[in-house]
Amino acid sequence: METFWFIAITFMFTIYVILDGFDLGAGMVHFWVGKTETERRIVLNAIGPFWDGNEVWLIAAGGTLYFAFPRLYAASFSGFYLPFIIVLWLLIFRALGIELRHHLHHPVWRIIWDRSFWLGSWLLVIFLGAALGNLIRGVSLNDQGYFFTPLWTNLRPTPNPGVLDWFTLLFSAVAVSTLMVHGANFLALKTGGLIQERARRIARNGWYALTASSVIAVGATHIIRPTFWDNFSRYPWGWAIVVVSLLAWAAMGWFSRRQQDGRAFLASSAFIAGMAAVTAFAKYPVLLYDMEYAERQLTIFNTASGAYSLKVGMGWWIPGMILVGIYFVYLFHSFRGKITAPPEDAGY
Amino acid sequence: MESALTIHRLQFAFTIMYHYLFPQLTMGLALLIVVLKWLGLRRGDAHYHRSARFWAKIFAINFAMGVVTGIPMEFQFGTNWAAFSTFAGGVIGQTLAMEGVFAFFLESSFLGLFLFGEKRLSPRAHFFTAVMVFLGSWLSGYFIIVTNAWMQHPVGYVVDAAGNVQLADFWKFLFNPWALWQYAHTMLGAVVTAAFVMAAVGAFYLLTDRFVAYGKQFVRLGTIAAAVASFLVAFPTGDVQGRNVARHQPVTLAAMEGLFETKKGAELILIGQPDMQNLRIDNPIHIPNLLSFLTYYRWKAEVKGLDAFPRELWPDNIPLLYYVYHIMVGLGTIFIAVSFLGIYLLYRKRLERARWFHWILMGIFPFPYIANTAGWMTAELGRQPWLVYGLMRTAQGASPLVSDGNALFTLMGFMGLYALLSILFLSLVMRTILQGPEPGEKES
Ligand code: HDD
Ligand code: HEM
Ligand code: HEM
Repeated sequence: METFWFIAITFMFTIYVILDGFDLGAGMVHFWVGKTETERRIVLNAIGPFWDGNEVWLIAAGGTLYFAFPRLYAASFSGFYLPFIIVLWLLIFRALGIELRHHLHHPVWRIIWDRSFWLGSWLLVIFLGAALGNLIRGVSLNDQGYFFTPLWTNLRPTPNPGVLDWFTLLFSAVAVSTLMVHGANFLALKTGGLIQERARRIARNGWYALTASSVIAVGATHIIRPTFWDNFSRYPWGWAIVVVSLLAWAAMGWFSRRQQDGRAFLASSAFIAGMAAVTAFAKYPVLLYDMEYAERQLTIFNTASGAYSLKVGMGWWIPGMILVGIYFVYLFHSFRGKITAPPEDAGY
Repeated sequence: MESALTIHRLQFAFTIMYHYLFPQLTMGLALLIVVLKWLGLRRGDAHYHRSARFWAKIFAINFAMGVVTGIPMEFQFGTNWAAFSTFAGGVIGQTLAMEGVFAFFLESSFLGLFLFGEKRLSPRAHFFTAVMVFLGSWLSGYFIIVTNAWMQHPVGYVVDAAGNVQLADFWKFLFNPWALWQYAHTMLGAVVTAAFVMAAVGAFYLLTDRFVAYGKQFVRLGTIAAAVASFLVAFPTGDVQGRNVARHQPVTLAAMEGLFETKKGAELILIGQPDMQNLRIDNPIHIPNLLSFLTYYRWKAEVKGLDAFPRELWPDNIPLLYYVYHIMVGLGTIFIAVSFLGIYLLYRKRLERARWFHWILMGIFPFPYIANTAGWMTAELGRQPWLVYGLMRTAQGASPLVSDGNALFTLMGFMGLYALLSILFLSLVMRTILQGPEPGEKES
């Protein structure tokens, strides 16, 4: 049952990264693809109806994590205190950037919110990547299972690391390049003309950066956590996930070059899902590593809620997710198609 | 550690009170928008649809604020209250997760459709999206109230080997009797806010002679909704809430009422300042025997005063608790008086012309916000010194390793950020109100 929730939560966070990933990616590149006022408005309208629903995946995933593994939730949220609160602030800034821009027509106003959207997206992605890096590197837990990690110390992953060190920043680079490609694919799919061409170019070139940073990150993982691949020798079927991810990676490059935007977008989504699945598979059943004492690490077994609670949860989580699936299909279906001429003050 | 605890509490109180400014309007307005859309469908009058569209604009701005200030709430249980989360997560994680899965998805998906989809959808389908937004926001209110009600009155749990609580009975937890009344009371409080806001905007239009047709509509609908909700918020829901407190948290009731001594035939204090040095109310104005009657329906019933409880069980800020409770009840009485006056004017067909009354309506809209905030302060201060009533003390709940310096940094950050948010919010809403509901320049 703990395993079910481990998969469920991985699933929810992955959907979050795929869905909000294209919003974030669009935010990172919107100055590059949108050179004029009209073009930038098209970019915003492309994500307008979706981003809020996408962000709910983060909230719901966080809530479900709290529900299933309360000790992990407590330890990690308080241990990564500053980065978490800063992420909250960034989420606020990004949301303001998207929501407030169209309310006033003054250029200064628009520049402020464009910048805020851009900066918020960049920093969020950097933290998102660093979070992944921290999950792989581990922290120093005390005997109560709590820890506190400052933002940075000396940028070295041992012995006394901060949230940001060269290793976790490497994962930030992976996240930046991946989501940039992903966002560009989405924009290429949803727009036409010059914007589409620029987005395609970013997707094509970004793919090289993505490849390079991923290779280095995988190499670095060998140094920092040599045991990372143990689960794969224990359960060799895990290699299938790796193979699928590699195929998705190849497909991304292939479809980008052939300007098949829809397929390229699917491929980048699959690549993100693959990376998440590989990480989860490798870590199972550990949620948070301790850097020194293996017996202190937080696993799905020593942090889970009571058995009754987890069982009841399945009774509502599964139907709930089916409902959510229906809403999202309906939503994306209602707003399908390309965004072309942006109406002034689109929306409300 | 002591000062870190204070900062954690201040940060939580500040961020939750700020957050709750927005959901109360969201939930109330969602209901009123459904009413407007329904009237529009029934009467085939385009005015109602245009009014609904106008309020939807304000709703959208308000909703965005609710979302951005709500996300920190969810995180703070972990960041600032880690020990509490470890202790209680096995129970309250349930409702917090359900809120995300059932309510927030519903709300945000259908809000997108409601706001962007009026042209793409048929009128009936559009009405349906409004109903779903309403359902989503009220459902989200329910889950959060169940969470809070469990902290006030824990039910359906067991204590496990590690000393943490775990869920034992899902339905008992979900239908906690405390939660049902608290929910009814809170939702009605939200409708009071939205109704007075709507009436105030209408009154503003009438006083400035702009959008007069809409102004009349808003004043009428707002006044009627305010009268119904103001009455129900006091009776039966507020009344029952008070008696629940008397039964399950008698020391809280004594502190709220400023009753220092146990008495048969206790008086209801209307005005007076609690004096914690001498343990009495200074210059009281009171009605004899009324408190006994309200609590137990007997004039001579005995009501326990603070002296019946050891000091370490007293709420830690009794004067504030006493004031906020009296502010809520006092304002509630005023709301009933004003809205019933409005109903009387409506009945005499003078509501639309009585300019003096429009001034009152326009001026009153901040007060429901104050009443709601005061109500929450009553509930949360009254729960002290417990974080989970009778099970865990507030002092034990904070994150053990987050230092006061780090907590202060984020508290100040939130204050600065929220100050900025307030300015943006007010200016955008003002602008929307000044533009008015007329279809003119641009449609959406
Ligand atoms: C417009 C808002 C509003 C108004 C006019 C009132 N209330 Fe209220 N009250 C609330 C909004 C509210 C609230 C914000 O919804 C609270 C906070 C927590 C809760 O459950 O509801 C609350 C809490 C609350 C509590 C505290 C429960 C506890 O300690 O947990 C009591 C005893 C009452 N109310 C009773 C009343 C009475 C007798 C009123 C008579 C007029 C009244 N309220 C008016
Ligand atoms: C599900 C809903 C809620 C939960 C679970 C909750 C939980 C908490 C927690 C953990 C604290 C900190 C510990 C403490 O000082 O007691 C707290 C304090 C507080 N909360 Fe709530 N709260 C909820 C709703 C609200 C709302 C909506 C408001 C106000 C609008 C509110 C007002 C306060 C205040 C004023 C304090 C500070 C009390 C003090 O410091 O003495 N709460 N609450
Ligand atoms: C500690 C307590 C609370 C937490 C953790 C919390 C959490 C949240 C979160 C994460 C959101 C954003 C949802 C989205 O993205 O759609 C939100 C919005 C909302 N919250 Fe809260 N909230 C709390 C207190 C309350 C209370 C006490 C109520 C009502 C009684 C309430 C009602 C709502 C509603 C209706 C929304 C929808 C957005 C809006 O109203 O503007 N919340 N809340």
